[in-house]
Amino acid sequence: MRLDRNTFLSIATMVIFGLVLWQAETFLGDYQIYIAKLIFINIILALSLNLIYGFTGLFSLGHAGFIAIGAYVSALCILPPAQKEIMWILEPIIWPFSDLLTPFWVSVLGGGLFAGVFAIFIAVPVLRLGDDYLGMATLAFAEIIRVLIVNATPITNGSLGIKGIPGHATLLVCYGWALFTLIVLARLCYSNFGNVLRCIRDNEIAASVMGINVFWNKVLSFCIGAFFAGIGGALLGSHLSTIDPKMFNFLLTFNVLMFVVAGGLGSLTGSILGATVITILLEWLRFLEEPMDLGFIEIPGIPGMRMVVFSVVLLVIILKRREGIMGTRELTWNRIFAFFRRLERREKA
Amino acid sequence: MSGFVLPTPPDYAGALLLARNVTMRFGGVTAVSDLSLALPAGAIAGIIGPNGAGKTTVFNVLSGFYTPQEGEITFDGASIRGKEPNDICRLGMARTFQNIRLSPQMTVLENIMVGCHVRRHCPWWMAPLGLPRFYREEEELREKGRRLAERVHLSEQLDETAGSLPYGAQRRLEIARALATEPRLLLLDEPAAGMNPQESLELMHFIGHIRDEFALTILLIEHDMKVVMGVCEYIWVMEYGALIAEGTPDVVRNDPLVIRAYLGEDVVVQNA
Ligand SMILES: Nc1ncnc2c1ncn2[C@@H]1O[C@H](COP(=O)(O)OP(=O)(O)O)[C@@H](O)[C@H]1O
Ligand SMILES: [Mg+2]
Repeated sequence: MRLDRNTFLSIATMVIFGLVLWQAETFLGDYQIYIAKLIFINIILALSLNLIYGFTGLFSLGHAGFIAIGAYVSALCILPPAQKEIMWILEPIIWPFSDLLTPFWVSVLGGGLFAGVFAIFIAVPVLRLGDDYLGMATLAFAEIIRVLIVNATPITNGSLGIKGIPGHATLLVCYGWALFTLIVLARLCYSNFGNVLRCIRDNEIAASVMGINVFWNKVLSFCIGAFFAGIGGALLGSHLSTIDPKMFNFLLTFNVLMFVVAGGLGSLTGSILGATVITILLEWLRFLEEPMDLGFIEIPGIPGMRMVVFSVVLLVIILKRREGIMGTRELTWNRIFAFFRRLERREKA
Repeated sequence: MSGFVLPTPPDYAGALLLARNVTMRFGGVTAVSDLSLALPAGAIAGIIGPNGAGKTTVFNVLSGFYTPQEGEITFDGASIRGKEPNDICRLGMARTFQNIRLSPQMTVLENIMVGCHVRRHCPWWMAPLGLPRFYREEEELREKGRRLAERVHLSEQLDETAGSLPYGAQRRLEIARALATEPRLLLLDEPAAGMNPQESLELMHFIGHIRDEFALTILLIEHDMKVVMGVCEYIWVMEYGALIAEGTPDVVRNDPLVIRAYLGEDVVVQNA
């Protein structure tokens, strides 16, 4: 591949960013690093849903299910056997999960692969019916996963969840996986394969007349998206160090959906922006849930208040700026340069 | 079946596309009834008839959207009845739509490249691996797309979104996208709809040219009789789902049934 200006700039940015993150501990506090890691994980989740919903037009509400699969598979892979024996108090953990111990990267890939394979089982029957049922079916599927996790106690430790997951997901590791996700998805979406997916999204009939196997390409897109959701889940588990079935409820899917819609359906850079901005906002809005003393009146903390605020924000986005921050456009180097050229011209004038 | 006798179209044996006694019903509505037609390779032929005659339904049956309740369809000697649209496209049949079906937010080039997909060799997983072979093919597709865009006079608009093009240009873009699938048979559903007389005249010339250039067989639908007369070598006339006449433009033009049922007074006056 020839190295043109834009590729060079992209690589340079990635490397410089990596170097900065490598030294992050010298200038960022623990809390800030915690948020930064969450941002990268959310970027992975947003990108994966954008492939499914934004590029292929499949309205999926099952993301939390795939994230849960990734998180549990990875946790089972990296939790030391001795710790598992102590923690599974309801029912002892069964072999081979009891002796399983893999490197972190294997566990992350494993989480992704499991989620991707599970996705086949939902995509094939549901997409045969047509995508009208997809939203409901995927939502139900995510709930089923949760119920399975609660009940498969000898594997998952049931509703007690898994605690003390090794924190292998450092800032650089999260950054690396986010880059991996971005590069793979950008290469897919901006090759002719991406054109095919977008054609399916816009006009399924036209796509099939162009010789495209609509069903198979939808299944494929869905499974690739689920794969990366699993990867995000694996990182999330290690990042939070504790997982339990309650975490992976609809609210998690809703959050990811919010990143994607706010960033722009069909824009990868939009998803990155959306995930970043909203993750920060969500943290910042935490004060809403704490008891507030306004001097003349004392408001007790209302849990879930920031989600209420956020639903309103999402509503406003949908009403006022349907296409999100980026629409279907991408933030490319060409666009950035064009922007600065315009700015320069305006200053001269 | 009714006592309909198979007509004897030209070159019946060597037909690229053959439909025999096709009947397509939607509930109580018989959209196409007992239709037979044979299209020889290399021909330009037309289906005409008033709105609601069942012309588009014929295309939908041919391209695999509907499986007719009765009848048989063969393409290049093999039956395609009940095959999926994408498989039929792979066999070499492409089409455009009466109501344009482009991806409005995608560029002209991207829209054409969607048509190239069916003939590509490298599978999807080569893209993330960054295999040179994949990117070489990708560049070939882009070049093929550019060539086709040039052929339909859209070279200047390569990077514009399809939705921003004027109507006539969108129709040409749809033709280019269909050509990208490398068809042997091209079905055009009212390609001149919404065009002024000058534009539709140019379009018909263009259709003649691409037939020769890409070695195509073309079947087109038109409800404006004058447009088809100039370019079609053979014409089928439909009314209420059935064929009421067929033949060369001259034969059809002078068929009393056609004149009475469809063409109306003005054509009769024109002929006089
Ligand atoms: N999918 C369908 N379901 C029900 N009726 C249909 C369907 N497609 C076409 N028809 C009916 O078939 C008849 C022929 O329609 P069409 O083929 O579109 O006519 P034309 O293209 O000649 O104007 C119309 O009466 C239409 O209502
Ligand atoms: Mg029609």
